[in-house]
Amino acid sequence: MELFLQQTLAGLATGTIYACIALAIVMTYQAIGHLNFAQGEMAMFSTFIAWQLIQWGTPYWIAFLATVAVSFAGGVLIERIVLRPIQHAPVLSHVAVFIGLLAILNSLAGFIWDFNVKPFPTPFGTAPLLGNGFIDAHQAGMIAITLLLLAFLYGFFRFTRVGLAMRAAAHDPVSARLVGIRVGWMTALGWGMAAAIGAIAGMMIAPIVFLEPNMMLGVLLYGFAGAVLGGLSSPVGAVIGGLIVGVVENLAGTFIPVIGGELKFTIALVIIVAVLVMKPQGLLGRPVLHRV
Amino acid sequence: MTALLEVRDLHASYGTTRVLHGLSFGVLEGGVTTLLGGNGAGKTTTLRALCGMVLRTGEITFAGRSIAHLSTEDIARLGIAHVPDGRGTFVRLTVEENLELGAITRRDRNAIAQDVERVFGYFPILQKRRGQQAGTLSGGEQQMLAIGRALMLQPRLMLLDEPSFGLAPRLVRELFGILAALNKSEGVSLLVVEQNAALALDLADQAYLVETGRIVFSGAAREIREDEKIRRSYLGY
Ligand SMILES: Nc1ncnc2c1ncn2[C@@H]1O[C@H](COP(=O)(O)OP(=O)(O)OP(=O)(O)O)[C@@H](O)[C@H]1O
Ligand SMILES: [Mg+2]
Repeated sequence: MELFLQQTLAGLATGTIYACIALAIVMTYQAIGHLNFAQGEMAMFSTFIAWQLIQWGTPYWIAFLATVAVSFAGGVLIERIVLRPIQHAPVLSHVAVFIGLLAILNSLAGFIWDFNVKPFPTPFGTAPLLGNGFIDAHQAGMIAITLLLLAFLYGFFRFTRVGLAMRAAAHDPVSARLVGIRVGWMTALGWGMAAAIGAIAGMMIAPIVFLEPNMMLGVLLYGFAGAVLGGLSSPVGAVIGGLIVGVVENLAGTFIPVIGGELKFTIALVIIVAVLVMKPQGLLGRPVLHRV
Repeated sequence: MTALLEVRDLHASYGTTRVLHGLSFGVLEGGVTTLLGGNGAGKTTTLRALCGMVLRTGEITFAGRSIAHLSTEDIARLGIAHVPDGRGTFVRLTVEENLELGAITRRDRNAIAQDVERVFGYFPILQKRRGQQAGTLSGGEQQMLAIGRALMLQPRLMLLDEPSFGLAPRLVRELFGILAALNKSEGVSLLVVEQNAALALDLADQAYLVETGRIVFSGAAREIREDEKIRRSYLGY
């Protein structure tokens, strides 16, 4: 029982990271209708920027905030420079661009910072928490940061005019233009926010998976699984989906002997396929309420 | 009276299909112009062309300034509120959020709150439904919401695409009463596209009859209303 609880909590902790990536993917998907395969590599690149700043002697939290800001700007720039020119191009063009972006960011990170695995600091420490060590301080910190982030995002989309404009632009771009919303900039803003969310996820997971150009490969897969599970049209669903995937991954790895450590990746794929077959709209991605 | 909107030789096409073949018309400052015509005449396309929603060429001047090359969002920001074909409701957002979106380009927060109340004054049913998802409103309620949302822009000109469409006769009369009041008391100029010619001619001061992308007849609304021959041959009533 204790092991079960411990693994569930640990799963929730990594689940927050999947939730963030799933959220970033869904935000982009809602804005442009395409899945950004490069979301993980963008987060990885951001994490390297944070690492570099810390190497240069920047205090952790200043490096953290600076990385979030730089990633936001980077996301906006990628949308304006790379995505905007192809916004009306078919799906395949987008897939090609995202894979290109993925490859470029990956090899650029390897070129600048090499492919050796690097430790990444945690601001929370790794002391066991809750006496008998259910989770450690870093895991608790990950959960806390994610909750803060989600609360911030909820408030932003729910209570600010820019948030409302972004939702309107994503739901109905034609009508949004008619009320004067600059839809293109809302999309760019969404990219910036997705990049910033990814950066936070990267900096939080890096102390666990260590820093290297391929660090986000698994995380991205789990993030996709979370996004699909939650329903690609629902940000809340993405978060819940990410958390579920984290817990399932951890429990299955612990309690189903065949799966162990090695086969864990398969779980993400199994989840994706199972959801697409049985409930394609995901848990919360319900169709729009229409009068009949 | 001076012209608020002047359109000269407007052409528009969907892809390679040409739909408008050189329309010229106008809306006076504080006036009401109506575009009449049957199904597929090009009325909706004309409004879309004015707002840069379809490919168009020609001269379009609004308040003395050319808007023929502006984007849809910039045209809205000049004070042209378009109540589109299909009503343009943000179906997943609440009634209140829809109204707030109408004023999204404005900065005067207090005045915005007052305008929401003003819209509720015109359409009390919207107040009752303020927290409801807009997609669940009835067709008539959505039409009111669309007009309310357009008002939130504090527009100088409103473009209305068949405001009577799908509404019960009593509601239609009420709605046109409100449009007349908006025009008279708030000085909003109107460009109304209608199939219901009798109704539109009562409201309008100028009328244009559109057939297959061309204007085949134009004149003062009052003259057309009183000219039985024109009514019979062009408007069928
Ligand atoms: N999206 C589109 N793509 C291609 N052709 C279109 C499109 N929309 C309209 N058309 C064509 O353009 C012509 C004019 O259509 P439009 O919608 O402007 O007519 P309308 O006067 O508004 O008609 P109604 O009274 O039925 O609304 C029609 O022949 C129509 O088939
Ligand atoms: Mg029409």
